[in-house]
Amino acid sequence: MVTHTLKRLTAVSLAAALAFTLAACGKGGSSSSDSTNSNGAATLKLWTHNAGNDKELAAINQIVSDYNGSQTKYQVEVQAFPQDSYNQSVTAAAASKTLPCILDTDGPNVPNWAWGGYLAPLDGLEETLAKFLPSTVGTYNGKNYSAGFYDVALAMYARKSVLEQNNIRIPTIDAPWTAEEFNAALATLKATGQWTNPLDMATANTGEWWPYAYSPFLQSFGGDLINRTDYKSADGTLNGPEALAWAQWFQGLVTNGDMAAKSGKDAGADFLNGKSAIVWNGSWGAEAARAALGEDIAFMPPPDFGNGPKIGGGSWQWGVSATCDNQAGALDYLKFSLQDKYIAAVSEATGTIPATDAAAAMVKGYEAGGVNDIFRQFSKKFAEVRPQTPGYPFIATTFTKAAQDIVNGGDPQAALDQAVSDIDANQSSNNYFQQ
Amino acid sequence: MTQTATLEPPVPESAINRRQRPPGRTHGRAAAWLVAPAAVLLVLFILIPIALTFGLAFTNAKLISPEPASFIGIDNFTRLFQDPVFWKSLRNTVAFAIIVVPVQAGFGLVLALLINAKVRGVNFFRTVYFLPVVTSIVVVSMLWQFMYQPDGLINSVLRAVSGGAIQGTDWLGNPTTALGAIMLMSIWQAVGFHMVIWLSGLQTIPGDLYEASSLDGASNWQNFRYVTWPSLRQTRTFILVTITISALSLFAQIQVMTQGGPLDSTSTVVFQAVRAGFAQQQTGYASAISLVFFVLVLAVSLVQRYLTRDKDVKK
Repeated sequence: MVTHTLKRLTAVSLAAALAFTLAACGKGGSSSSDSTNSNGAATLKLWTHNAGNDKELAAINQIVSDYNGSQTKYQVEVQAFPQDSYNQSVTAAAASKTLPCILDTDGPNVPNWAWGGYLAPLDGLEETLAKFLPSTVGTYNGKNYSAGFYDVALAMYARKSVLEQNNIRIPTIDAPWTAEEFNAALATLKATGQWTNPLDMATANTGEWWPYAYSPFLQSFGGDLINRTDYKSADGTLNGPEALAWAQWFQGLVTNGDMAAKSGKDAGADFLNGKSAIVWNGSWGAEAARAALGEDIAFMPPPDFGNGPKIGGGSWQWGVSATCDNQAGALDYLKFSLQDKYIAAVSEATGTIPATDAAAAMVKGYEAGGVNDIFRQFSKKFAEVRPQTPGYPFIATTFTKAAQDIVNGGDPQAALDQAVSDIDANQSSNNYFQQ
Repeated sequence: MTQTATLEPPVPESAINRRQRPPGRTHGRAAAWLVAPAAVLLVLFILIPIALTFGLAFTNAKLISPEPASFIGIDNFTRLFQDPVFWKSLRNTVAFAIIVVPVQAGFGLVLALLINAKVRGVNFFRTVYFLPVVTSIVVVSMLWQFMYQPDGLINSVLRAVSGGAIQGTDWLGNPTTALGAIMLMSIWQAVGFHMVIWLSGLQTIPGDLYEASSLDGASNWQNFRYVTWPSLRQTRTFILVTITISALSLFAQIQVMTQGGPLDSTSTVVFQAVRAGFAQQQTGYASAISLVFFVLVLAVSLVQRYLTRDKDVKK
């Protein structure tokens, strides 16, 4: 009797496990091919990273429902993921050939995903995309693969009153600080004794923040993450004299006490609480800063270290998967979504810089002369996209480690040389990403 | 005919069936059914991935690549053994295990002895000591990150206690203190778990052994040395092996708190494998690291098994 019951139990549990597995497989399978629904409209799956961002998701949902209502041929279906697990989900879906038709991607990953066969070129959108900020369009090998509704910009935040008290010139977009001016300003601020570290570069942030926030300084010095003429080697670019000058300057910020090797968790809040005099922060912090400081806040361009001020460009963008069996439909949706009114709606919801001039005119603060227009000008004038090579994810992590070692007191030349040899080895082991 | 039948004792049908069948086969079949779910899962999620890792370690497989992986022999291993970060990671991993295993095991035993006492409120202390174990290691790591900050709780306490004489440091940002700080936190977090295992071991020791020894006039220390300690041999072996394996696979704390820095002072083998495999998309290389890690853990466990079994035979 006992064995019989046990047998039945195991059979039931096994059946349950099997059913679960099958259900999981079935679920995975159904998302691969885009089926047709009862009304005869083809279903297009859309994946987005913004499950944790209600406002952005609501804006996307609005576009999708407008699109679904505007025609009868296609039906777009939104599936939102939390940002932290989004890339893994896409990689897993690509491995099992179940990518959705439409998906969003972080700008610097576009060449990697295009090369990996995830994304298809956006043919026929050239005219639309010509009006976009260059940093909102993801290109690889001369083709457009993605387009974003918005970009973000980094700026130096400071209190005008503090700078004026210390006789420091407030830099403008046309007359940014020179390297000497910047270093002198830091020395002056440090000498007041009011701040332990006058400059806060948000060094406690991790991941993509490091290449996004600090490689523009490297570029302003005249170095870069990799030689962009053929994307084959970083030798001489990431470890040449210009790059070394950048590394020594960056390390010097810490050894001089101008900047903490590891900042507080929330650099923006620390600045507003008076813990730092100048903070390197994104356009997303502008609203809070203006609310707290009013007219006293200054959004300033980064210093010019020789090659002009630089900031990073490229945020989340939309593309069409290469395995989508309804490319025409996916492109049709993208074209519909990239209208100025939707660009305005999404950038309004996210507090980001609208991708087109026409959309900017519709978003309060970003119209010409608006309070946030300065960020759009920074984007237009200073934005440099991260290297458009499929090797970028490797370059990004390698640069992050090198920069962290430099900040923590490692030998700058040795750290850069190690990064160069790692990056070069990876580029060559992938046959320089030639197909 | 009928006579023989009536002479049979009245036995239930099922019992006759059972007796007539060879007992081994029924049990064997039931056992197979019982084992099947676990076996399927083990094969699917442990054995097959391990086999894949072995295979992938000798290829140039990438996480994202349009080209199929190709066999490249032992290239990944030559590259690995030339990588200075790997040797630093290995050194950190070994240092972590060498310090954490005895300290955590010893501290767990002390706690277990303390809460094994029959006094009022002992359940309160059991709960308190066990609390960090049921808290997610990620949460614990983030909290301790705040405590270790230059102006965090630990430095504030140091300043207050020493009257400002001790300034403390940026515990996680200083290459000389970062690994030690993570060791301390890891021990604090996991010690409750091993305390419970020690406790279960302590409670299996029959009370008459202590009665006998107290009749012989044994002191507390003699009680511990000649009754408790030898009786805990099984528990000891189990704890040694589990702490060693979990110490060697140190990852979550590193990922949350330091990302291997500063200057690789907290990089570990598993952290390096995850970084290479996911952030850097080098599946083949990461597999090679995992394979080396597998061999390392296997070797350590075999040595431990050998050492502990040797003692068993002697006794």
